[in-house]
Amino acid sequence: MSAVPSRVNDFAIKIASVNGTGSASANTLLMKSIFRSGIPVMGKNYFPSNIQGLPTWYEIRVSKDGHVARSGKVDIMVCMNAETYARDVREVAPGGYLIYDSTWPRPALLKRDDVTVLGVPLAGLCNDNFKGVRTRILMKNICYAGVLAALLDLDLARIRELLAETYAKKPALVESNMQAIQLGYDYARAHFVCPLPLRVEQMDKTAGHIMIDGNTAAALGCVYAGATVAAWYPITPSTSLMDAFKSFADKLRVDPETGHANFAFIQAEDELAAIGMVLGANWNGARAFTATSGPGVSLMGEFLGLAYYAEVPAVLFDVQRVGPSTGMPTRTQQCDLLAAAYASHGDTKHVCLYPANPEECFYMAVQAFDLAERLQTPIMVMLDLDIGMNDWMCRDLKWDDAWKPDRGKVLGREELEKIEKFHRYVDKDEDGIPYRTFPGVHPKGAYFTRGSGHTQFGTYTEDATEYQIVLDRLVRKFATAKRLVPEPVFQGSGDTQAAIVSLGSCDGAIHEALDVIASRGVQLDYMRVRGFPFGEEVEKFLAAHEIIYVVEQNRDAQLKSLLTLETRVEKSKLRSLLHYSGLPVSSKFIVDGVLADLGEGRRAVTGVAS
Amino acid sequence: MTYIPKPKIAHPSLPRNELGLTRRDYEGSLSTLCAGCGHDSITAAIIEASWGISLRPENLVKLSGIGCSSKTTAYFVGGAHGFNSVHGRMPSIAMGANAANRDLYYIGISGDGDSLSIGLGQFCHAIRRNTDMLYIIENNGVYGLTKGQFSASADIGTKAKKGEVNQQPPIDPVLLAMNLGAGFVARSFSGDKAQLVPLIQAGLEYPGFALIDVLSPCVTFNDHEGSTKSYQYTREHYEPAVAADYVPFQREIKTDYGAGEAVPVMLHDGSRVLLRKLTEGYDPTDAHAAYDSVQQHIARGEYLTGLLHCRSTTETEFHALNRSPDQPLNGVPFGKLVPGAKALEKVLARYR
Repeated sequence: MSAVPSRVNDFAIKIASVNGTGSASANTLLMKSIFRSGIPVMGKNYFPSNIQGLPTWYEIRVSKDGHVARSGKVDIMVCMNAETYARDVREVAPGGYLIYDSTWPRPALLKRDDVTVLGVPLAGLCNDNFKGVRTRILMKNICYAGVLAALLDLDLARIRELLAETYAKKPALVESNMQAIQLGYDYARAHFVCPLPLRVEQMDKTAGHIMIDGNTAAALGCVYAGATVAAWYPITPSTSLMDAFKSFADKLRVDPETGHANFAFIQAEDELAAIGMVLGANWNGARAFTATSGPGVSLMGEFLGLAYYAEVPAVLFDVQRVGPSTGMPTRTQQCDLLAAAYASHGDTKHVCLYPANPEECFYMAVQAFDLAERLQTPIMVMLDLDIGMNDWMCRDLKWDDAWKPDRGKVLGREELEKIEKFHRYVDKDEDGIPYRTFPGVHPKGAYFTRGSGHTQFGTYTEDATEYQIVLDRLVRKFATAKRLVPEPVFQGSGDTQAAIVSLGSCDGAIHEALDVIASRGVQLDYMRVRGFPFGEEVEKFLAAHEIIYVVEQNRDAQLKSLLTLETRVEKSKLRSLLHYSGLPVSSKFIVDGVLADLGEGRRAVTGVAS
Repeated sequence: MTYIPKPKIAHPSLPRNELGLTRRDYEGSLSTLCAGCGHDSITAAIIEASWGISLRPENLVKLSGIGCSSKTTAYFVGGAHGFNSVHGRMPSIAMGANAANRDLYYIGISGDGDSLSIGLGQFCHAIRRNTDMLYIIENNGVYGLTKGQFSASADIGTKAKKGEVNQQPPIDPVLLAMNLGAGFVARSFSGDKAQLVPLIQAGLEYPGFALIDVLSPCVTFNDHEGSTKSYQYTREHYEPAVAADYVPFQREIKTDYGAGEAVPVMLHDGSRVLLRKLTEGYDPTDAHAAYDSVQQHIARGEYLTGLLHCRSTTETEFHALNRSPDQPLNGVPFGKLVPGAKALEKVLARYR
């Protein structure tokens, strides 16, 4: 597509810089000032597994229609990293703009006739106006934000307001940052025609919305769910979830009078210990959770099997990153779907939740604790790096003060007093869920928890029948879980021939893709699964469609595998659209994949980043 | 390997503790370990110790990993809550459980395989974290359930049943615990119930991580000539250095030795441990001196036993550092835990 004369509130900016140079502040500043102008915006950070000195990119998509995924196209590229300059130049869409630091000439690489090149002597401007190497580097990044402010017609007063909030305790920084903004702003106004056709214009589409990342929202959900024990081992990209929990809990959970912390925050020696602590705490009646990523899930496997079999509640957030093995720790994928669903040896299955955005992370975090206690089993909340670490625009999070936790089937002092004898694993209610007790409550409540073969009365066994009674009940419990996990979300008329099935962070790209595909005359129904095991609603949708595109972000079609294994769907109906480059899936990838398949005969489409 | 409940018949004349319970009330299911196993003697000592301090059975949490030793949690205090977890990971379960409810008693039973090989990391970190629990290692230098492989506590030169000689240096849990700063470090012998019972009582009451390494010969795989963990070897090379008497709160101190010889170590509830030196010049409150002394005995192939090191570590206990409320976290009402709708609105202001 060539440049459109006016693209107000509908374009993508990509900023290429070096990590550890303060570009994150500049990018957040830009994004928030657009958000505060009432315009829907998306920000995605593509960063290296490194502390300082490697290439990093930030993509801001301004979308008046509220699209939250990558478009797959870059309209304005800000080249702040000489190392990646060549590839960054190539990525700009025809008709787009390229901003670069013209302090030093780079003639050889500027050869693109179909984009407008705007040189700004950013380093020069900052070297002349600021002292100290570190300050000059940091200000150079703030300076490009000033350039963009002029080109896009951003409100400087709003930028100052944001800086004042960020540096509320360091007013001197507000002035120096503002000076850098002004330098870039003035230079752009003096040398280029401002604003560009790609620019922003005040809207009112962000009221009642926030910009938040999924890890933060999930952590907030844990605070609101009443979680008191958090145990973890640092691993990208889940660490910020625990950091956020600690930060919220320090503010919201410390008794102002006594200084007592109504939570325990334990940095474990490894993921095995982290999940062990979570099990110990849940077993003992606290709501406890951990957050990890793929390698951590692998390590936690043995304990997860114990929790499944001994029926100990647990909440685990898996913020998925690129595998296999160490993979690419700072890139996104949905590649632990199978590892989580079947974590551990033996006949083991786990309940999984699949939030699509930070808003769902908050609500599903709360729900996960209720489900864990209701079902007495681990609940895996499957985020990914894109949801967990990127800022998403979502509706305000709401809380109902009438909320009561569902602690599930727990016998308290009074109930135990009344019964003759307590048996831990007896299916009294025929829903597969037994009753449990907490230590120290009543002498009659004592029982022995074990991962070895046990009878429904909680005693050790190697007897075939006794063993199978418990194992078969666990199957019934899993069937109960189908009714309790969040239902799928459906879109469309429900009677199209072809449909899309997906989960999690693919959602934004799919919504946009469906609009584009519809504009080409093809209607598709869409189902986003939100929980595993899959319930009847999922079965019905799968049965009702002849061609089903399963969109997911991994190489091995893990969602498709799960659907094949765990539903009655005919395998030949499922076609995979697999995106596993490590970047969040773009709407373009889905549009291209579906149209290619529908148009050029029936073949599964896989692809790399676009 | 099967579960055999013990018949609950108590003779009316059996002595009763403050709760009106007899020793039989502190028993568990019947042991399925080999006849003569040292572990069963430790089980008996735990039963005696718990009865002696009138522990409410339902307030005791018994934790273990995998191995012969870990099976024993089923054999004592049947009215307690048990958690037999996975191999080498009991300490993390204990930490989580203790984080949730600081009011209960936690006793972890482990073995030399469970604690010094697969679980060495968790063992060390439980000490670092000063988890409030009594941690007993039933140490026999050998893997019993898998039939006689050396464990990490096997001494250099010790002989396996099939004749193989161990050549790798042992990991000594007592030295390791002292090195990591544990405040209650003891060694005992399964055959010395008189020494073991007060150690267990003191360890249960100690506010922080308490270790008792109990030499507990394996009659089936490590009780032959040439073994340094046999009954005979242990008896011959066993030197009690410090006798400990546990004195519960408000109870009259009856000792048969002069006050000058006994060093009291106060516990959090006002009860105390009286340390009585049996070896000239041994100071159990001095960690460095205790470490040196234990090490010298090991070099001579001897086991120094008793409460080898004891000092108060209340200020570094997990909940002290965590600033936990006195009330267990699992009992804090949700009304206090959930900040509510108004607070959420305030939080969201940061994300606009």
